[in-house]
Amino acid sequence: MNLRDIAFKNLLRRKAKALFVLAGLAIGVSTVVALISFTDAMTENINHKLEKYGANILIVPKTENLSLTYGGLSLGGVSFEMQEIREQDLTKIRSIKNAANVAGLGPLVFGVVNVEGHRVLLAGVDFEANWVLKPWWKIDGAIPGENGVVLGSETAAVLGLNQGSPVTIRGRQFIVSGVLKPTGSQDDQLIFMPLKTAQGILNKEGLVSMAEVAALCKDCPIPEMVRQISEVVPGAKVMAIQQVVKGRMETLAQFKKFSYGVSIVVVLVGSLVVLVTMMGSVRERTQEIGIFRAIGFRKSHVFKIVLLEAGFISAAAGILGYLAGFAVTKGAIHLFSESGGASIQPSFELIGGSVALAVLVGLMASVYPAYLASRMDPNQALNAI
Amino acid sequence: MSYIRAENLSKQYGSGDAAVMAIHDIDFTVESGEFVSIMGESGAGKSTLLSIVGAMNPPSSGKFVVDEIDVYRLGSEKRTDFRREFIGFVFQSFHLVPYLTVVENVMLPLTTIKANKKRKRVLAEASLNQVGLAGKEQRLPSQISGGEKNRVAIARAIVNDPPVLLADEPTGNLDSKTTHEIMGLLQRLNQEGTTILMVTHSQDCATYAKRILRVSDGRLIEGEGLVEALCLDRKIPLTGAGGLMLRA
Repeated sequence: MNLRDIAFKNLLRRKAKALFVLAGLAIGVSTVVALISFTDAMTENINHKLEKYGANILIVPKTENLSLTYGGLSLGGVSFEMQEIREQDLTKIRSIKNAANVAGLGPLVFGVVNVEGHRVLLAGVDFEANWVLKPWWKIDGAIPGENGVVLGSETAAVLGLNQGSPVTIRGRQFIVSGVLKPTGSQDDQLIFMPLKTAQGILNKEGLVSMAEVAALCKDCPIPEMVRQISEVVPGAKVMAIQQVVKGRMETLAQFKKFSYGVSIVVVLVGSLVVLVTMMGSVRERTQEIGIFRAIGFRKSHVFKIVLLEAGFISAAAGILGYLAGFAVTKGAIHLFSESGGASIQPSFELIGGSVALAVLVGLMASVYPAYLASRMDPNQALNAI
Repeated sequence: MSYIRAENLSKQYGSGDAAVMAIHDIDFTVESGEFVSIMGESGAGKSTLLSIVGAMNPPSSGKFVVDEIDVYRLGSEKRTDFRREFIGFVFQSFHLVPYLTVVENVMLPLTTIKANKKRKRVLAEASLNQVGLAGKEQRLPSQISGGEKNRVAIARAIVNDPPVLLADEPTGNLDSKTTHEIMGLLQRLNQEGTTILMVTHSQDCATYAKRILRVSDGRLIEGEGLVEALCLDRKIPLTGAGGLMLRA
């Protein structure tokens, strides 16, 4: 018979109260576990999805001029009339230290051509790379072969051309193999054809106007990759599309902040449940505590009994909370992860963390009730012997 | 010097107009091995007196000494230790802990001392054996009779062999037969050397004591010799040396 036995037996006797504390803490812990697990799983999932957002690094020729276009609106002539990058320089990108993080590399060559009496911007692209760089592209029709072109939706409307229409560009006959569905970007106003064909028509063999790079996001050091690419393509200016990178980081950071906020609130509510229940329990046990004190239990012994009870329940709540949180996360991932890309694995660190959190909260919330119990006057508690 | 000395003990509850003097200037001594009854009407102050003697209720004035220890000069925690080592309590309504078995209830005063579980259990079982409850160790308080609960309370009070036993109406809720059994048990413990102070309403129970302290309106009004007077008044035969030991 020791203090631990007394604490444990009291819990068994007051099952309803113990279960109430257990539930309060377990809900708090499970919420924290669920939010952390869900955030982690979704972070990974979002990273995967963000990769599909396409290019996040641009490689353009170095120029002394400032761009006079904004959002597709040109105020000072077309800014594509500039130097080109040598296509072979771009192959060096595959040999940079972080080459494994390069998910796609899409060189583009631009030139202005006259089609059906309109001046149109012609873009030579690598259609294979474009699936990675511009996964949102949807073509009504087929990817063009050597003698085919794809029209942006607005271009098709302005020129009055459809899939299968013949079109002449710089004296060479092409067939419209497809029309790009509206993208809401400048792509809607372009004519696309394979890179090699465009280079030939524009007399820019071996040259590209710019290149887009899709870097894998998870753990990829974008600024570092920019530096590495700049080193291997010295004649080009390499820029990270900051909005995308910062956007993803901010989205995740906001979600994490929200999760932590919710976690704190839920844990506070849980600790209040513990506090109120333990206070009730101590008041209910006034006489019993009086007996303990009368027969020689020191204040510290009574204090310890209450904390031991809280510790037992809290540890159980930690384990239960982890299991519940894990199950909830599994369910939530199943619901919210459309592609099924996100997953969750049991984490011993999280189990340990859950138990530690529950015990910490349980003990902290029980300190005051334990203090009150220990300060109980045995004479008053027993209503005088 | 006497083993227990109460010198000018007074206890006041409240203050100002609401002040109530529970006991006034009480002086008494109890020798080691004595069996003393404290009698009085309800509200006379006997429970206050017992709580002061039990080291649980500091007097407003006066001095209470046990074995040359000035009890109320001890700090709160030291006084707790004093209670554990010097005093066994038998409460009026037993105050057994309902979720602990009989043997665990008896082991309670041993909980905070340094000894292994087996040793504590042996002591508790010996104590239960002493009060005639061997074989009922694993029962819960709800599974035993009132008389048995009283015996468990006595076993708990004596398990750590305290020199002083305080009993508050130990037979208040018991039938006549069980009352005499319990009183016989207390008397036996007294014969074995335990000093007993017992609060009781029952004159019959009081006759088991060697001396009676009668409290009225917070004052001690009668002292030694009362037992004999009581016994003569109720025609109870006196037995034992000096007429003090009333029942063998």
